[in-house]
Amino acid sequence: MANLNLVQAINLALIQEMEKDDRVLLLGEDVGVNGGVFRVTEGLHARFGARRVVDTPLAESGIIGTSIGLAMAGLRPVPEIQFDGFLGPAYDQICSHAARMRTRTRGAFTVPLTIRVPVGGGIHAPELHSDSPEAIYAHQPGIKVVMPSSPYDAKGLLISSIRDPDPVIFFEPKRVYRAFREEVPEDEYTIPIGKARVVCEGTELTIVSWGASVLQCMESIEKSSRSIELIDLRTIFPMDLEAIETSVRKTGRCVVVHEAPRTGGMGAEVAAQIMERCFLYLEAPVQRVAGFDTIMPYYKLELSYMPDANRISGAIEDVFSF
Amino acid sequence: MPIKSILKLEIERVSILDEHGNYDEKLGAGLIPDADIVKLYEAMSSCRYLDEVAFKLQRSGRMGTYPQNMGQEATSLAAAYVLNQDDWLVTCYRENCGLFWRGVPMEAILLHWMGDERGNAMPRPHFATPIAVPIGTQMLHATGLAWASKYRGEKQIACTFFGDGATSEGDFHEAANFAANLDIPVVFCCQNNFWAISVPGKIQCSAPTVAQRGIAYGMPCIQVDGNDIFACVYAVKEAAERARKESRPTFIEMVTYRLGDHTTADDARRYRDQAEVDVWKLRDPLLRTRKFMESKKLWNSSKEDAMRQRIEIAVNAAVARSEQIVAPEVSDVFNYTFAELPDDLAHQRDSMQTHSLASEATVRTEGH
Repeated sequence: MANLNLVQAINLALIQEMEKDDRVLLLGEDVGVNGGVFRVTEGLHARFGARRVVDTPLAESGIIGTSIGLAMAGLRPVPEIQFDGFLGPAYDQICSHAARMRTRTRGAFTVPLTIRVPVGGGIHAPELHSDSPEAIYAHQPGIKVVMPSSPYDAKGLLISSIRDPDPVIFFEPKRVYRAFREEVPEDEYTIPIGKARVVCEGTELTIVSWGASVLQCMESIEKSSRSIELIDLRTIFPMDLEAIETSVRKTGRCVVVHEAPRTGGMGAEVAAQIMERCFLYLEAPVQRVAGFDTIMPYYKLELSYMPDANRISGAIEDVFSF
Repeated sequence: MPIKSILKLEIERVSILDEHGNYDEKLGAGLIPDADIVKLYEAMSSCRYLDEVAFKLQRSGRMGTYPQNMGQEATSLAAAYVLNQDDWLVTCYRENCGLFWRGVPMEAILLHWMGDERGNAMPRPHFATPIAVPIGTQMLHATGLAWASKYRGEKQIACTFFGDGATSEGDFHEAANFAANLDIPVVFCCQNNFWAISVPGKIQCSAPTVAQRGIAYGMPCIQVDGNDIFACVYAVKEAAERARKESRPTFIEMVTYRLGDHTTADDARRYRDQAEVDVWKLRDPLLRTRKFMESKKLWNSSKEDAMRQRIEIAVNAAVARSEQIVAPEVSDVFNYTFAELPDDLAHQRDSMQTHSLASEATVRTEGH
């Protein structure tokens, strides 16, 4: 066991998968000699060489498009897109090709790639370095979307993602990168894609969240006198509907918390699923605490944009006072 | 039939003032009047001093991530100097010097990097677009802006700046292709500074020059010493004239060097040799311009000292003004999303003051 932060846990997962499987290679902007702008791939270029840890030209569509080719040829590329806001040029390759290849070819070709992307705000970063686009990719059929909120989960989920036979976008919440450490086993382990984690158990209200927002949910729960169950989805798509259903049937109340914009965010999907599955168990309407339907502001106002513990607590009280 | 060569290409490189202060009198004849070179030197020095100050502001937590322009002052300044005030200047984020010459206030740039959108909205000349953060996207906008001028039958042209890394992005190639094939009066200025964060230029372009990328699209291209403001002025003048008279694009590779880190979030010592930086420090555009002015008796150390004082006062005042600007009201986050705010967005704006959208929603639910 080692006490690791999220950056170190991902680094460890990459090392272990690369040592185990020669098909795994990393590519992206600054991932090689520099070890990535967040140092997630630190030391890997020296350890595995330029053949397997590749500094690419500055071209996101190129990074993902060539990764699709590498994956179709049977390799397991793990490309990095440096920031959430730079996914744009790669969108066409992700949605027009990676997501569709298995379907279009009726399984003759597959694209087992894992796209690592630092995600979200709260680190005082410049424009386009703080976005939360998970719903866009969850809405695209054919892509799995993963977002861990802890070092332990990050390691196990990244290994599962790399081994997954289909394309996965692996969002790494920047705000969690160095926020805390926890025990992460050196030994190999996996966490299944599509399985949520019950962070803490409760009987009166369920909070569903993911990514860095989980930390604010915990803060809010600590301040509350209510018995609150917190579910960290960990995988945005496919979503662990069973975990949500089981919990909400027990508590009868739900608040969904995410940093991405509210309208069309995955909170809406959670709420709709609860309506379909738990309607007769509900004591109050499901509430969402989310980013606003605006452009993510520059950093002077980013904390006003992102859900904080106060906003979450407000929503909890509203649900109870319904 | 024998195989025969059907195309031979060559790229010209222009250098007028070299790093030792040698000046090509023939090429440089009448290029920049003496009175102007003194002003241009002061503009570069001022931009350099802002870099020093901004670095310290970031390190002391008074500003967010900031990209220094150090070593690259001559390129964009030359373009701003040559172009008309109503020609479009479409930049990325290492063209402070050109933007300041154009009239963009220093506070605008400072405010942007202090995490405040209002930096993009400060009173400024209309024909300088805001800083473009994603790499290599703005050249298409420049092409569109110049196209609009052509469409209206006007003589306004556009000039766009980007780095060597940006020429790897698909958008660059699309912009070059559109501009060449549709005869758009746009000048592409590639600041080849050898580094895209940690990735060296050879990973962006295996060809001996970046300039020759223009050839593939059928547009005139040229390489200049980007630390030589005379050479940059020479090339932009020629390109601007071509754009205005023939409505044709030009690709200019300005060979310069990023003397600093990519941004304050970067540490270039991790990936590049100091020896390389030391060589380029000798090629600094400021040093050679000063040598030139001194050789022509336009400059001396007392003028340098006086200038330094002027610059420090002006830059420090701009910093002070920027820091005095308090954060906007949170409603500012919403107010510019659309010309007219949709009802639900207005509701989100109004209710965020009470920090709970849910309470509003619940009240409305109860009301039904």
